[in-house]
Amino acid sequence: MAHDHADHHDALIVEDDEGNLEGQIVIDALRDVLIEKGLLTAQEVTAEIAKLEAPGIHQGAKIVAKAWTDPDYKRRLLEDGKSCIQEIGIAVGEARIIVVENTEAVHNLITCTLCSCYPRSILGQPPSWYISKAYRARTVREPRAVLKEFGTELGENVDVIVHDSNADMRYLVLPQAPADVTDLSTEDLEALVTRDHLVGVTR
Amino acid sequence: MTFADKRFAVGDHVHVLDLGKPGHVRIPMYIRHHTGRVVQYCGKYLNPEDLSVGRTEGPAVDLYRVVFAQSDLWSDDPVAPNDMLVIEIYDHWLERA
Repeated sequence: MAHDHADHHDALIVEDDEGNLEGQIVIDALRDVLIEKGLLTAQEVTAEIAKLEAPGIHQGAKIVAKAWTDPDYKRRLLEDGKSCIQEIGIAVGEARIIVVENTEAVHNLITCTLCSCYPRSILGQPPSWYISKAYRARTVREPRAVLKEFGTELGENVDVIVHDSNADMRYLVLPQAPADVTDLSTEDLEALVTRDHLVGVTR
Repeated sequence: MTFADKRFAVGDHVHVLDLGKPGHVRIPMYIRHHTGRVVQYCGKYLNPEDLSVGRTEGPAVDLYRVVFAQSDLWSDDPVAPNDMLVIEIYDHWLERA
């Protein structure tokens, strides 16, 4: 994939020869000052890191499997993503979640051209390619070429809808259910759902 | 969310302005000057152009999701005829088309 070429986007982590990370040094210094001044405790920092790391793809998979097996839930999820996601025990920090449905005739792809907006409270941190300038610029201009690099080749009978999360909404793609959805357990269904489905780079 | 006191309704054709504002604007260059159609009203949100300079008192502004034809956005490129792009636009960046 073009995303793998280091010269196509900024390096995410810059280390010196001793293995020091410039960003880490700045963060450590700031944290020490804030703790010293009594504005923050070390426990609060650790708790915040745990909160950032707790969400993940498993939560997205739970939402999708529920929508695949409960038509009423799916209908409501497409109308009001946030309240339906909270209803199954997932805390949502974003203002609103827009769930977009893939069908035989439509494929949805999520991007954020201006930065890296992503439904972090549900899925955790975005992958590095999602943040890359190449992905952000190319998904709006040549989505089919980007999809092809992810192994998703779409025919002319499928329309692509790109969603730029440029402002306050955050997006999740609801992929199509497998043909044997009624034969599978919830666990089996959840295991089929990947991060790439939820962003729409795979179908 | 209702459209009762909103400038635009679902289905309205809208033109994206180029306000030429500096700073933290959330309306990317590629969508300016293009005409699309409102698909959803998202509610009122604090304007990021204000928030970025510490003005948190509002007012909140209406936000719409607007759909554009890819063939219109990238008219020089070979684009599939029915492909679309949906983006969020704050009320003050829109005018009736």
